[in-house]
Amino acid sequence: MSLILDHVSLTPPGGQRLFAPLDATIAPGEVLCVTGPSGIGKSSLIALIGGFLPRGFRAEGRVLLNGVDLAGQPPEARRISLLLQEAPLFPHLSVGDNLAFALTPRIKGRAARREAIDQALEQAALPGFAGRDPATLSGGQRLRVSLMRALLAEPAALLLDEPFSRLDPPLRAEFRAFVFGHLVARAIPALIVSHDAEDAATATRCCALAPPAPSG
Amino acid sequence: MVFVAALVLVLIGLPVLAGLGLTLAQAWGQGWPDLPGLAVGLRLTLVTGFGATVLSLAVSVPLARWLWARGAARGWLAPFLAVPHAALGLGLGFLLAPSGWLVRLVSPWATGWDLPPQLVTIGDPWGITLILGLMLKEVPFLMLVTLAAAVNLPVARVMAEGRSLGYRPGQVWLRLIWPQLYPSLRLPLFIVLAFSLSVVDMALLLGPSHPPTLAVQILRLFTAPDPALQGPAAMLSLLLLAVMAGAVGLWIGVERALAALARRWLRRGARGGWRLDAAPVLAVSGVALGTGAAGVLVLWSLATRWYFPAALPEGLSLATWRTARWVAPAAETLLIGAAVTLAALLLALIWLEAEDRSGRRLRLGALIALPLLVPQIGFLQGLATGYLHLGLPPGRVAVIWAELLFVFPYVLLALAGPWRALEPQQVIAAASLGAGPWRRLWRIKLPLLAGPLATAAAIGFAVSAAQFLAVLLPGAGRVQVLATEAVALASGADRRLSALHGLLLAALPMIGYAAALWLPLWLWRDRAAMKGAA
Repeated sequence: MSLILDHVSLTPPGGQRLFAPLDATIAPGEVLCVTGPSGIGKSSLIALIGGFLPRGFRAEGRVLLNGVDLAGQPPEARRISLLLQEAPLFPHLSVGDNLAFALTPRIKGRAARREAIDQALEQAALPGFAGRDPATLSGGQRLRVSLMRALLAEPAALLLDEPFSRLDPPLRAEFRAFVFGHLVARAIPALIVSHDAEDAATATRCCALAPPAPSG
Repeated sequence: MVFVAALVLVLIGLPVLAGLGLTLAQAWGQGWPDLPGLAVGLRLTLVTGFGATVLSLAVSVPLARWLWARGAARGWLAPFLAVPHAALGLGLGFLLAPSGWLVRLVSPWATGWDLPPQLVTIGDPWGITLILGLMLKEVPFLMLVTLAAAVNLPVARVMAEGRSLGYRPGQVWLRLIWPQLYPSLRLPLFIVLAFSLSVVDMALLLGPSHPPTLAVQILRLFTAPDPALQGPAAMLSLLLLAVMAGAVGLWIGVERALAALARRWLRRGARGGWRLDAAPVLAVSGVALGTGAAGVLVLWSLATRWYFPAALPEGLSLATWRTARWVAPAAETLLIGAAVTLAALLLALIWLEAEDRSGRRLRLGALIALPLLVPQIGFLQGLATGYLHLGLPPGRVAVIWAELLFVFPYVLLALAGPWRALEPQQVIAAASLGAGPWRRLWRIKLPLLAGPLATAAAIGFAVSAAQFLAVLLPGAGRVQVLATEAVALASGADRRLSALHGLLLAALPMIGYAAALWLPLWLWRDRAAMKGAA
């Protein structure tokens, strides 16, 4: 149950290789923090692992999840959830329907699904929010719903793209603890991309993307 | 992807090419038809076609700037875009004729006229009223296209820079902003040109009739009982196609020359010139004409008796609405409009979703614009013949397919912008939660795009309701919709009857637009972030 990056590197269309090949193994409950200057390809790395790399990018190396090579799998088949900057929710669905959309289809029956969603909202300290319009939520509330949405899909791994950067600094530590706590409790391997030194310090391990060594 | 390309090719591209081919075949071996009035008709076509296009463009430049600065006034564009040409032509006729409402309003107290004056307004020999009628439809269209293109430009910044150099807002617009927008206007201008050169319904209502424009002459020959006239009609269709091709070439040439002249004018740096801003006057006149045309249709459809020169009818009643047989053509218009709109929406969805799934753009832009760039009468009769060869008799289905050629480009254009502007994050998030492509389409994309979908449907229905030739020729006179009824009744004796049909024809697309505005508001009444997503 781990996420393995095996000599992974990326080349944008018509460009140079973005970073030196990356090797990492993320065990269940571990958080790997990936840092690096902007433009080095952190978001593209997330896109590669998630399976939505724009056409024209060339990827090298392998991404393994629980021993399975993810190459060629569509994003919906990978069981990798995302937590993005600003934590956008589907604006046309209520908070509860956002969660219901994500909840694994293995939980059947209206009452059971309703129960699972209410439970998730309890865990997020947002009881009774099921009927709310996502647009009325604060940034912190949105982030908590977004995390619950990601977890309800029962992912095998989680990718986080600067999820806390839009929060006020005093709130960040609290939410970081909230998110990382859930990851450890559920034994999910996670990769976080961040500029924040605190994120790096709290993560299990860190690695900095470096420009590729000049070839030839 | 290949399948989608083939589908669009067969449904949209092939019919135009086949129609053109069959028109060519019909004209093959024909001598030059020796018809009276041909030379005058050709002159009329050139004057009205070029006149309407050039004047519409000229008027749209100051008006677009004026409207750009006034977002709220943009609501006035929608009714002008929605109203079918035939309804507007009918209303303008009742307004501007020597016995029309304008003269009645000022007679006899100001003019001394107790009888309609011996003036020629409607059907004037130079087609000036026809040009005016076309402009009322085409200026709003060109303004809409200009404003849509302006979104991609930092207009406010350029305006500030230009004004800081001492140019007035109108001058900045004409010198710095509009020239950057012009490339996006070229294709819409050719559509306007093709339409103006071959318009039939408005030419029948507002243009001269002895002799009429070339397009009307062609229609008369095509629909004449004598089959021997089909050949000459096809020959004249080719002439019209040649006129269009020549017009496009001429346009591009003149455009280059004018651009060179304009650059010299720009280098002189003159800041003087007119201080007068014509835009408010133009806007008010346009709105007044449109409102007047609508008002006179309402009055006539409710009038008991309305003798010249009374300013208002003697009495109002619903008698005409009760006795006239308007239900059948209205139902036919609705049925055909719904079928065409649905087919066009479906085709556009297939197109855009196929692009998403393959990650590639379908490069068929020129093909779908083809039906709008070729004068309609040049290929619609050939198309009707082609349907016969396919075993598709003249009738409703043939009309639906023919209308699809004109409706689909507008529906696709209306939908493609919002579709491609959709936050990819939302779709990616859905995929990462395990939603496959179909679930993403149904649960995320289509609901998020409900507003644009409704707008595209309203536009599609309005375009369908406005079709005249696409009903007349492929329907072989067997399909009666409001547009054909309104034009047919215009030459009849009962003004109340034709006003009623014209009013209904104008009302249906407007109801569609209103529904399209209301639907997202109702759907998203509890979703703050979805406000303004229409």
